[in-house]
Amino acid sequence: MSRLAVDVARLPVARKPALASGVALGYLSVIVLIPLAALAAEGAHGGWHHFWQVAWNPESKAALELTFGLAGAVVAINSVTGTALAWTLVRDSFPGKQLVNALIDLPFALPTIVAGLTLLALYGPSGAIGVNIAYTRLGVLAALLFVTLPFVVRTVQPVLLELDHEMEEAAASLGANRVTIFRRIVFPHLLPALLSGVALAFARAIGEFGAVILISGNLPFKTEVASLYVFQRLDSGDTSGAAALALLMLVVSFVVLLGIGGLRRWATRRDRQS
Amino acid sequence: MRRPVLLLAVLAVLAAVPAATAARQGTNLSVVGYSIPTSVFPKLEAAYGNGVTFSNSFAASEVQSKAVAAGLPANVVNFSITTDMDRLVQSKLVDRTWASNNKYHGIVSKSVVVFVLRNGNPKHIRTWDDLVKPGVDVVFPNPFSSGGARWDVMAAYGSQLREGKTPKQARAYLTQLFRHNVSQDTSGRNALNTFLSGKGDVLLDYESDAKLAQSQGKPVVYLIPKATLQIETPVAAVNGSNKVEAQKFVNWLYTPAAQTIWAQNGFRPVDVNVLRKFKAQFPPRPQLFKIGYVGGWDSVNTQFFDPTNGIVARIEQGLGVSTGG
Amino acid sequence: MIVRASSLAYLTGILVAPVGLIFWRAFEHGLEPFWHAVSNPTATAALKLTLEVTAITVPLNTGFGILCALAIVRHRIPGMGLVNAIVDLPLALSPVVVGLALYLLYARDGWFAGLPFRVLFAVPGIVLATMFVSLPFVVREVVPVLREIGTEQEQAAATLGASAFTTFRRITFPAIRWAVAYGVVLTTARCLGEFGAVSIVSGGLAGRTQVLTQYVQASYENFDQTGAYAASVLLAALAILTLAATTVVRRGDRSS
Repeated sequence: MSRLAVDVARLPVARKPALASGVALGYLSVIVLIPLAALAAEGAHGGWHHFWQVAWNPESKAALELTFGLAGAVVAINSVTGTALAWTLVRDSFPGKQLVNALIDLPFALPTIVAGLTLLALYGPSGAIGVNIAYTRLGVLAALLFVTLPFVVRTVQPVLLELDHEMEEAAASLGANRVTIFRRIVFPHLLPALLSGVALAFARAIGEFGAVILISGNLPFKTEVASLYVFQRLDSGDTSGAAALALLMLVVSFVVLLGIGGLRRWATRRDRQS
Repeated sequence: MRRPVLLLAVLAVLAAVPAATAARQGTNLSVVGYSIPTSVFPKLEAAYGNGVTFSNSFAASEVQSKAVAAGLPANVVNFSITTDMDRLVQSKLVDRTWASNNKYHGIVSKSVVVFVLRNGNPKHIRTWDDLVKPGVDVVFPNPFSSGGARWDVMAAYGSQLREGKTPKQARAYLTQLFRHNVSQDTSGRNALNTFLSGKGDVLLDYESDAKLAQSQGKPVVYLIPKATLQIETPVAAVNGSNKVEAQKFVNWLYTPAAQTIWAQNGFRPVDVNVLRKFKAQFPPRPQLFKIGYVGGWDSVNTQFFDPTNGIVARIEQGLGVSTGG
Repeated sequence: MIVRASSLAYLTGILVAPVGLIFWRAFEHGLEPFWHAVSNPTATAALKLTLEVTAITVPLNTGFGILCALAIVRHRIPGMGLVNAIVDLPLALSPVVVGLALYLLYARDGWFAGLPFRVLFAVPGIVLATMFVSLPFVVREVVPVLREIGTEQEQAAATLGASAFTTFRRITFPAIRWAVAYGVVLTTARCLGEFGAVSIVSGGLAGRTQVLTQYVQASYENFDQTGAYAASVLLAALAILTLAATTVVRRGDRSS
């Protein structure tokens, strides 16, 4: 194929690892790594003891509990609704299906502050249907469900599309009902994709800010989630308190990312085996 | 190859538009203020004219003060309490003489602490004692970011002294008040929004904010308690570029024309002639007192609002509401 | 079918009805109030700033993104896996964490405090925050394509004497152009909609450092619901345009 001796100086950029990698690393450092390092330094300065003192006061503890609790609820709900939506889009046909499919991506494109405002318009104090969930946990939950809507749908959809109907048809012909077919044949195939979507939704729900800021009212111990707490601490001039919790959130995000990566590798291994 | 390039070209053109029109004619002054005068400054600025354009930013007083100290560009600042102005004097952003070289000691508008209530006042709240009755939820902002909250707290404290209570009893009252507090918004305006969204039975707020809510058709009424604190909000020009223009604007804010606009928008004017014309809107109160009555801001800030040892910080820690810095 | 009915009902309740209501409310009193709300100086300044920041961020993140993708896929040194993770990080990070990190870095007592130009409370800070949050999109779209096409054609070009730039222009880029286009569209959408990180670093000076998303919040909090809804509709329209653009790109990709 190629000549064995290739003049390195004449290699295209794609083959000059040093230049491309150097520039890429420099760019990533300035934009991402150095700011995060500054955050880590501020959050961790004073040592472990100081970090816990600052990050573990009653209000921040409540914020974290609320955040994780809501994220868990979001994940549970999205598992069901996301799969149902993906199923509807793949297996069903009805007028306007293309439009519905396109709409799923709307939360990806819509600014978060607008998302929160739309929910407030419909379900808030001057809402059109008389329901007022502003300043309640339900309101925060609704906002989180809005922004995480596409995740599970979009990870499950391709798997459903590729799914071979043969096994389902075989099971049906043997007398299995639809629920059993779903539970024992379809669902195991969906599991890695579902978990991927769930992990993405979880990460997003933990960090969401713009969608919840208007509808939550930022009531400590009631509707103050972690991102709002960090913002409020910064506003009060308590940068070290803000940084400590932000550092915690950074670590959680990183762990979730590693989890998603692991899930992807598991999924590819399963695909290769089957 | 063409379509992505086309997209980039469109974006580039869109960027050129603001760049081309960005050449600003005349001076642009940036006004940084506390959260309440959001709607009055555009009117003042429109009346001022003089070919000056303005950029405004309004948020909680202490937040804004710290932001300016941290580099937020500002030409004119209007805070809720003089402490937030002193912070800028310390960083040399505002002259030490900002108050002394001015007939009104740098105070451009006044107000009073009022009770904002639901239409019909279903819980019949009339006095400071009513606030701490069982079942009453009180809304006021976070004293560690909002100047308004500090006025509210000191109004509560001072009202007890006015009624003849001892400082110890007044402090006990404050503990009760915080126990009835159901929200800790960053700013006065945010607290109003919380109240308007249905939270709480009574809101402690500036009279000017209450008037604005009413003029916006919100279903609230307000009541000025017999004993209440006079709010005095300072304004100053910030050192730096455009200081001369900024000072001219600040000086103009005291003129009868400007004071009339303040008054028309719910703020008590400092010009006594203008105040006389609007006296129906701004009734005097029999037991009105000023911050000096409870010791002046310097002493009050140390005694009450020190983030670790202040009276309020200790009350909040005792109640498990952590907002001390 | 019950699955269809319930899932569509959910979609309507959570997404379609709220967004539809905003459009309704914005135009409820006619076109005139809507136009007045979006054409006042503060709103137009916010829109201009948003477009400006987007126009700066998108080309930067596209160019650097392609370089990152090349480095990740073509590089043999271990540790590029970590780079991959760093590129993905902005997708999982809360915007307030991003904003706070930048704030700490460029504040008066931060590591980068001594720069000759103002970063915080000014346009550079907004650009940096927007670049951070929109960083992954181009990279993530381009990496799988680069992996798929392999290096054979590029190696062939090298042996035939093509310069690095020529190889990139005539072999690599045509292969990745739809991935780049898709990444550009996603990046643009992210830039237009950024709120949290910008809220922390920009100071929100109306008319100067306030982007359109901040204008929505400020209007709402100052009882100007019409203004908030109008600006929201503007942003929603841009979002829908972005969705349409992704459909176009996907079709173009499939047809080439």
